[in-house]
Amino acid sequence: MINSLFLINPSGEIFLEKHWKSVVSRSVCDYFLEAKEKALEPEDVPPVIHTPHHYLISIYRDKLFFLSVIQTEVPPLFVIEFLHRVAEMIQDYFGECSETVVKDHMVMVYELLEEMLDNGFPLATESNVLKEMIRPPTILRSVVNTLTGTSNVGDTLLTGQLSTIPWRRAGVRYTNNEAYFDVVEEIDAILDQSGTTVFAEIQGVVEACVKLSGMPDLTLSFMNPRLLDDVSFHPCVRYKLWESERVLSFIPPDGNFTLMTYHVNAQNLVAIPVYVKQSISFFECGSDGRLDVTVGPKQTMGKTVEGVMVTVHLPKTILSINLTATQGSYTYDNGTKVTTLWDIGKLNPQKLPNLRGSLSLQAGAPKPEENPSLNIDLKIQQLAISGLKVNRLDMFGEKYKPFKGVKYITKAGKFQVRT
Amino acid sequence: ELTSYKSFVEQACIVHFLISFSPSRNEDLKEMLESNKESLKLEAMKRVVGLIAKGKNASELFPAVVKNVASKNIELKKLVYVYLVRYAEEQQDLALLSISTFQRALKDPNQLIRASALRVLSSIRVPIIVPIMMLAIKEAASDMSPYVRKTSAHAIQKLYSLDQDQKELLIEVIEKLLKDKSTLVAGSVVMAFEEVCPDRIDLIHKNYRKLCNLLVDVEEWGQVVIISMLTRYARTQFTSPWKEDGVFDEHNERAFYESDEEKTRDETEAKPYMMDPDHRLLLRNTKPLLQSRNTAVVMSVAQLYWHLAPKNEVSIVTKSLVRLLRSHREVQYIVLQNIATMSIQRKGMFEPYMKSFYVRSTDATHIKSLKLEILTSLANEANISTILREFQTYVKSQDKQFAAGTIQAIGRCATNISEVTDTCLNGLVLLLSNRDETVVAESVVVIRKLLQIQPTQHSDIIKHMAKLFDNITVPMARASILWLMGEYCERVPKIAPDVLRKMAKSFTSEEDIVKLQTVNLAAKLYLTNSKQTKLLTQYILNLGKYDQNYDIRDRTRFIRQLIVPNDKNGALSKYAHRILLAPKPAPVLESAYKDRDRYQLGTLSHTINTKASGYLELSDWPAVAPDQSVRNVEVIEPTVKSKPAKSSDDKFYSDSGEEEEKGSGSSSSEDGSSSSSSEESGSDAESHVQKNSSQTSEESDKSSSQSEKSSSESDSEKKERKTKTPLQKKTIFNEESWTYVTKQQHTKTIFVNVINQHSVLQTFSYSHWSTLCVSLFTQLCPLSLAFPLQLSGPAFVPEKSHDLLHRMTGKGLSAQYQFPRQPCLYQPTMVSVQISLTNTTDHPLEQIHIGDRSPTGLNIHCFNTIECLEPEASVTVFMGIDFNDSTQAANFQLCTKEDHFSVSIQPAIGELLLPITMTELDFRKEQGKLLGMNESSATITMAAENMTSQPISRPVATVANLGMVPSSQDNVHRFAGKTANSGAVVLVTVELRGESTALITINTEKSVMGSMLLRDLKLALAQA
Repeated sequence: MINSLFLINPSGEIFLEKHWKSVVSRSVCDYFLEAKEKALEPEDVPPVIHTPHHYLISIYRDKLFFLSVIQTEVPPLFVIEFLHRVAEMIQDYFGECSETVVKDHMVMVYELLEEMLDNGFPLATESNVLKEMIRPPTILRSVVNTLTGTSNVGDTLLTGQLSTIPWRRAGVRYTNNEAYFDVVEEIDAILDQSGTTVFAEIQGVVEACVKLSGMPDLTLSFMNPRLLDDVSFHPCVRYKLWESERVLSFIPPDGNFTLMTYHVNAQNLVAIPVYVKQSISFFECGSDGRLDVTVGPKQTMGKTVEGVMVTVHLPKTILSINLTATQGSYTYDNGTKVTTLWDIGKLNPQKLPNLRGSLSLQAGAPKPEENPSLNIDLKIQQLAISGLKVNRLDMFGEKYKPFKGVKYITKAGKFQVRT
Repeated sequence: ELTSYKSFVEQACIVHFLISFSPSRNEDLKEMLESNKESLKLEAMKRVVGLIAKGKNASELFPAVVKNVASKNIELKKLVYVYLVRYAEEQQDLALLSISTFQRALKDPNQLIRASALRVLSSIRVPIIVPIMMLAIKEAASDMSPYVRKTSAHAIQKLYSLDQDQKELLIEVIEKLLKDKSTLVAGSVVMAFEEVCPDRIDLIHKNYRKLCNLLVDVEEWGQVVIISMLTRYARTQFTSPWKEDGVFDEHNERAFYESDEEKTRDETEAKPYMMDPDHRLLLRNTKPLLQSRNTAVVMSVAQLYWHLAPKNEVSIVTKSLVRLLRSHREVQYIVLQNIATMSIQRKGMFEPYMKSFYVRSTDATHIKSLKLEILTSLANEANISTILREFQTYVKSQDKQFAAGTIQAIGRCATNISEVTDTCLNGLVLLLSNRDETVVAESVVVIRKLLQIQPTQHSDIIKHMAKLFDNITVPMARASILWLMGEYCERVPKIAPDVLRKMAKSFTSEEDIVKLQTVNLAAKLYLTNSKQTKLLTQYILNLGKYDQNYDIRDRTRFIRQLIVPNDKNGALSKYAHRILLAPKPAPVLESAYKDRDRYQLGTLSHTINTKASGYLELSDWPAVAPDQSVRNVEVIEPTVKSKPAKSSDDKFYSDSGEEEEKGSGSSSSEDGSSSSSSEESGSDAESHVQKNSSQTSEESDKSSSQSEKSSSESDSEKKERKTKTPLQKKTIFNEESWTYVTKQQHTKTIFVNVINQHSVLQTFSYSHWSTLCVSLFTQLCPLSLAFPLQLSGPAFVPEKSHDLLHRMTGKGLSAQYQFPRQPCLYQPTMVSVQISLTNTTDHPLEQIHIGDRSPTGLNIHCFNTIECLEPEASVTVFMGIDFNDSTQAANFQLCTKEDHFSVSIQPAIGELLLPITMTELDFRKEQGKLLGMNESSATITMAAENMTSQPISRPVATVANLGMVPSSQDNVHRFAGKTANSGAVVLVTVELRGESTALITINTEKSVMGSMLLRDLKLALAQA
């Protein structure tokens, strides 16, 4: 299936290659690099490229290209999904996924890739299984390793892969048994000039951090499961029980994982927590424009809106800007995309933050056709905007009493204001 | 000074560069690898793997690396494996040195070691080891551990890609593995099936129901593969569930207004079409997978429903597909492509989710255009106003390519929905005054297409465009306007000639496409309005005549002949009007995804819109369903390992609730859980049998099946879980039941053809060798295994070598031979001889090989010709000689390019034997058969200090290649061997009597050999 993998940085340097079948010369990447040159943004590089002898499927993530080489028919999503798992695995092991991290842990990444695929077919992609085979580096361990000459490769024989629950390793022991669940909801919305909602929906995800000894069997139930319209689960969740009783019953993986993602019923009106008043105009004759943006709280259910950030995608012809913010600070980025990032922070209903000032265009540039769009970022602690509530968490199979906790948080997802 | 400093730095850099890339860098790695310190080796291997990861060549380190393959250090070993798999293909011969290590590991009692050995062994892409791989795969396919079986399924594909000739044998293994009931194996074996023999649908029949039922518990990647295979299977085995659409159209219409419930009942009862229960089983069992977190699984279920489900059921996949749009950009891309294809045929499916396809300014360009495509397909009378409003926003986008795409989309909407054609046209005309060229150009092109559809009422639009003509610079747009003028010149009789006049002025500076349309316009005007335009036309035709572009010259010539009447072409010019001004059919504006449905959804071929290599065509539904009974499974399957797979084998969340779903028909019969009674008699009987057979299962299997049982789980009873979980940890299989022959592992055999050409070998000491080369021989020669006597390793290998060719007689070429006492690989009847050739001359010797031999019937396996032997160099080669159990010398010629030297090898009698192991009991039994004339004995006198067993066995082993037989008496020593050629047993007994005498007895049917051996032994022991 997957023949080879190349990791390429944004400047086009191939800094890691791995082959699972016969070696494919790295010159095959030239087709990709050509396409990359053509694309304005790295995101615009087509994910599937057809070359005379191979098919190149790539993803762009964390400022890195993961390029896989395929020789025969294979579902493209299969490859894409796998490549994202690779990125997630690197993230999981080393805390971040970046060129430097991969270069620093070249051998380990290579070994991990070796374990993940056999002959191009996924063999072990579960983080728990991989971690049993190749232990992630920690500062303490690397000190111990240098002193004692021991290694990161697990010397015990792994069992995870063999069990019927491949996502959980055997013999887990904790002194403090705890299970935390974060219900994170994101609002995707498009608002038009007048502030009316063109499109809005809520996507949620339940992230779990479970550190429980032995083989616990958990059941998580919601107060209002009817809200959930469409769900997808971690493989550990028993689908049948969800179908019949609307509870999540599962033997959890050890550590952090995504338990479920959900989509809230589209019929429910989505509460939009903030409103944005904006006026951006360019003068017909001169090469000037004005910008005036105000953000205020709308439906916040009595909670404070934090971490508000506004990104303005300005036209390319902008030469300079001169703005003043009543709250927070703004930065101006004049790269391939001209953007202004206004970091507001906490939203104070008494004193609404405002950003205003003038924009100057390059001399002779025509008045921009379209006004720039705004992207909003925000965070509301202790609130799931859909109103979803966890009812209870029960544990079977083990005797101890775990410490349990649920946290709610609402964020802006793809939240865009057209102007 | 500064510049000189600079140049110094530069030089230093260059020097540094050279140092770091010179071979010396790898030299130090080599040293580290050959050191005794584990930590150094490990460090070196890490650096080597680092080189591989960076794509640098590290192949010259192969000999140094491969020596560490048998290391005890797991990390080091893993790194060596990584290296091996990477370079084995390039260094095939050297790679063979490692094979024996894996072969030994294949017999390891630990399943993980067996699996990893098979994994690496099969990844070594060296054609010579194909038979070994084949054997290993076959063995692993019936391994007790499902994990090893999974690995063997992977190995099948690797072997197949290495050697396609193995197909038939591999299919047998696949067939066997398909019967496997472990979820671990299912995905991998189906993958192998798809790769090796996707056309052997017949292998699936019996496993179809099992695969359907196991599907939920298979790991996610396997699910994708199985679903795609089952999709193809279903299309060949079931009849179309879509039939009613065509035949019962009317009926359907009516059903539409009835409630859903009635409709489904309609389908099952009233209509002649009855869905095969197996077809239904597949649809039902894949549905939960729509909730998978793996986007590839969701997509594959979606395509399964699209290709297999009745039309009214397909829409259940919509929600899940829309969910995938929240995922990564690349996932969006693929999913949107598939939705684009789906939405053309089934608008209704995605219409409720229209807003999910709204474009954000931050979307990537290809995502934007796909969303646009889908929105256009979804447009209908009811939602067009919403969509057009949305499009208005897009047209203003800063991404001009996207804006142009939107204009095309508007054009498509306008043609598809006649109500809005006018609105769209007006909107597009407004865009003509846009500042951006591409937008204007695209608008012109789209307007032209729209006008062609309804030309009658739009002369003012044409006039407007003529006005704008001067400001439009994009060639395509200019050409489009010119064409419009020409086509509808009668509607704008005043303007058209004026446009032509302008064009005549600027003709030479226009683009080719504009020139062509100018010529066109001129011709049409000439025909309709020759009074005003005759001169203009001629002027333009003259310009065209001398144009640089031959297309334009050709066109001009053609037009001139057509429209300007002269004597020769009178007939044609009569029709000129009809030719040029014929009513032209309006262009059809349609989706680029219209024809994509010829490919199976979700495939690579669908994405790239061409047939990818290895794409498997989805067949059409058969008109008549093939025999359904082929999928029925017999009650008992005779399996070798006879593990009467528990229904719950190692399914984790599999539903024993299967039975609650009525009408599942025979679906549950195959693995319907034996614990719960099902309502069907068939499955009832079967489960009964299963119970029985499980009781009779072998002792050794019991523990494994028990532990597997414990890990199985029924969803319904929560209480039971408490008691079960502790048991789950015991999923350890019974290792003791795994028996294998340890003795064989120590057999030191030599894989002659591997090594005889390689001087590298010389770096290996003998002891190295014996650890490296193991039971290869026995594997390659299954015949010798059949011999009841177990071959063993030599007890002692004498270092003594004999002169074959002296350097004086050999004109500088010297040769020595010795007997390595390894079974010969080529033929078990041969004795292997190791020959060291040394060149003592000062010039290279070329083409060293073996020439004529005598007696002529002498059976020799020659070593491969040595192309060149450098001065002072030496090389060790191996050959096999069949001495025919006699000490008669083997004479042959050793040839170089120039010379022939007659040489002869005379073996000592002891070298014609091969050691065997047997118990004392067997020894006596054999001895009893070989009495009388087959026995020869002698009494000798030996020194007193040699009376312990150690010194006895040493001289005996030196003389003859015999194996020790354990003895219960202190004073009796027994040795056993067989003759190389005939395999006759040779038994030697040394009995110590009293102070210094010993009785030597030799029993063998080869009495001549017996007496010769006796003589040698007498000599040796007396000396001792």
